[in-house]
Amino acid sequence: MIRLIKVCKSFGKQKVLVDLDLDIPPEKTTVILGQSGSGKSVILKHIIALMNPDSGQILVNGTDITRLNDKELNEIRKNFGMLFQDAALFDSMTVGENVAFPLKEHTRLSQKQIKTIVEEKLMQVGLKDVTQKMPAELSGGMRKRVGLARAIALDPKIILFDEPITGLDPIMSDAIDNLIIQTQQHTKATCVVITHNIESTFKIAHRIAILYEGKIVECGTPPEIEISAHPFVQRFINRKTKDSNCG
Amino acid sequence: MIKLFEFTGRPFISIAEEFGRIMLLFLSASSWAFRPPFRFRIVFKQMESVGVNSVIVVLITAISSGMVLALQSYYGFRMFGGESLVGATVALSLTREIGPVFTALMVTGRAGSAMAAELGTMRVKEQIDALYAMSVNPVQFLIMPRIIAGILMLPILTILADFVGIIGGYFVGVELLNINSGIFMARIFEMVKLNDIVNGLIKSACFGLILSLVGCYKGFYTVGGAEGVGKAATQAVVISTVSIFIGDFFLTAVMF
Ligand SMILES: Nc1ncnc2c1ncn2[C@@H]1O[C@H](COP(=O)(O)OP(=O)(O)OP(=O)(O)O)[C@@H](O)[C@H]1O
Ligand SMILES: [Mg+2]
Repeated sequence: MIRLIKVCKSFGKQKVLVDLDLDIPPEKTTVILGQSGSGKSVILKHIIALMNPDSGQILVNGTDITRLNDKELNEIRKNFGMLFQDAALFDSMTVGENVAFPLKEHTRLSQKQIKTIVEEKLMQVGLKDVTQKMPAELSGGMRKRVGLARAIALDPKIILFDEPITGLDPIMSDAIDNLIIQTQQHTKATCVVITHNIESTFKIAHRIAILYEGKIVECGTPPEIEISAHPFVQRFINRKTKDSNCG
Repeated sequence: MIKLFEFTGRPFISIAEEFGRIMLLFLSASSWAFRPPFRFRIVFKQMESVGVNSVIVVLITAISSGMVLALQSYYGFRMFGGESLVGATVALSLTREIGPVFTALMVTGRAGSAMAAELGTMRVKEQIDALYAMSVNPVQFLIMPRIIAGILMLPILTILADFVGIIGGYFVGVELLNINSGIFMARIFEMVKLNDIVNGLIKSACFGLILSLVGCYKGFYTVGGAEGVGKAATQAVVISTVSIFIGDFFLTAVMF
């Protein structure tokens, strides 16, 4: 269970999150929608305490993570896996080493066991024969998928996906959607997904939260969102600009 | 009037602030040095990278400084027939000053700036955030090994520099200027005490700490994308160089 209570965050004069409340139910997939630059990535970084709110609380399983010290945060973060928007692979390591990294750091598995898991995870994201490559030698979409493999390597209890399918072709997007659904069902993980793809949203989401002007303006199951009366929500899921007329 | 104080005072305050933050980073890095997991492999890799990056420039600088020192001191000593002292002068200057300082400056240019650029890139590409997200402390994983590598490698490179520099001096003094080789060497062994060498190496270890700490600090707190990385690398070199000269003065005052 993750709960954001009255979270405010500004960068200089720019207010990004304003008294934001959001409940993320456990063992479900929650999709956050919102315009580019509205603060979705900022929300994810708050949930894993890479950013600290100016005010407000962030509860993860009942603990307010904004008050923890480094050591306590280290422990809490062991429950998390995160895919960064730009993948954030380590340039100095091969693809294989990148995916193996959390396993090496936090498990006592043998080299051989780690190798097996790495290959399996890479297979799941549709990559093979890349373990020896460096991240710089991959395409953007491939890097993203390696980041995804790294995020799920430890089968974490909470997985944060920052735009998992942006930059992928439709077939690969569908495969990644399926992978997220399978992983979530299989490990009973709490998943938070940011995406700009409405079709994918309705496919994977148990709940949808919509961010607008620093607040969650609507939050509910996909059918609830579909019939939402909020004008921005309607425009957003029906891909309408303000002035366009549906005729 | 108050404006004037403000104007002249601000740089000093920001220098003090920066110094404080560097010290904080140092404290946190040293507290990680004695906590498991110990990352010997990474330390070793960093030692290799500091050494390999810098060894050629260090050797070239050392051999030329040794040769120049021999030439200059020869012209000086010849005026009163003290040519036999050339070897000892070269050896003393090298072990006490030139070896540690020039080595540190060369390593700053190669490895210190590389540390800043590397960590800076990791910062702006969110790789440092990724480390935090995976419950790995970046101070322990990235900074501590580089500082240890700096402290260990600088004395090793300095020994090399001292040695090569003296060879350069010998070549100029004995081969070119026809100083008697027996006297040249005898005076070196007579005048250079173990203390001179050891103190020089202690100095170089301190310089190693300075240049790796400053490089890591500048890289770790990089902001502003690729441009910021470039700035971090340049500033790391400038701050390290100045700090090495200032530190050299105080260390020399205390030691010799
Ligand atoms: N570290 C930072 N420093 C200053 N401003 C920031 C920082 N991070 C984010 N912002 C600002 O916060 C706002 C929200 O950024 P965020 O990355 O969360 O957008 P987003 O919703 O993820 O957009 P996109 O869909 O394009 O990824 C942006 O306007 C950005 O300028
Ligand atoms: Mg984003």
